[in-house]
Amino acid sequence: MSDTTTIPEANARSGHPEGALLPPVDVIEDASGITMYADLPGVKKDAISLKVEADTLTIEGEISLTNKEGLESTHAEVSLPRYLRVFTLSKELDPEKVSAEFNEGVLKLRIPKAAHAQPRRIEVKVH
Amino acid sequence: MFYRTYFPRDLHADFDRLQRELAQSLEWAPSIRGLVRGGFPAMNVGTTPQSVELDLFAPGIDPTKIEVNLEKGVLTVAGERPSILPKPDAGTTVHLDQRFTGRFRRVVTLPDDVDPNAVEARYRDGVLHVSIQRRAPATPRRITIQ
Repeated sequence: MSDTTTIPEANARSGHPEGALLPPVDVIEDASGITMYADLPGVKKDAISLKVEADTLTIEGEISLTNKEGLESTHAEVSLPRYLRVFTLSKELDPEKVSAEFNEGVLKLRIPKAAHAQPRRIEVKVH
Repeated sequence: MFYRTYFPRDLHADFDRLQRELAQSLEWAPSIRGLVRGGFPAMNVGTTPQSVELDLFAPGIDPTKIEVNLEKGVLTVAGERPSILPKPDAGTTVHLDQRFTGRFRRVVTLPDDVDPNAVEARYRDGVLHVSIQRRAPATPRRITIQ
């Protein structure tokens, strides 16, 4: 699995030319698959979009903050209303079986390895 | 021919210098407590005539373990984000490790007219929102010349 988020290309693809924030992620691999954690603070559960097309995994989220009327921003570190990150999945991962959890702004994804890619012992035949 | 430089070629040091220069050119006389970008949690600050509103982007933290203090017009938000990474062993590999872990603390100087008794803090979707009322609305007032 590799990170392929090139911002101009990804923005063009998502139809938001103004840009998006790149969320930080942790990626951990074990024998049966990959677990990914992504920080998406300020995104409601139903404003997350997860897409797997061919071997491309796209994570998108719209930030919604409760802004008071007449609010004048004086300092902004989160200055774009959107997160976007794209990864290319490698062949042994099973895109059909991706599961996701979202809790307090942290997205947890589990991408299992396909059955044929699980570690197995190969028997040596003797004729 | 011998290639020599006067300074060690440290890319990180160069970037740090560049970042400092950029920060200085953006704001010539910043607040003495600074307001450093890129820290955790990321922070947005805004004001309305009635209140000061802060958003701190701190996902995945138990809200009961975040400390918010307001003392003498200085707001401090502190806490800790535990690591979720597994202990290194033969079975697992950490490919990317970008999320913040460890203790954090952010300090902001608030305007003079905030009311220390009217503070509200709310944690939702990984964002801590702090709202502090201002004492008198900062509306322009015409002063008559005597």
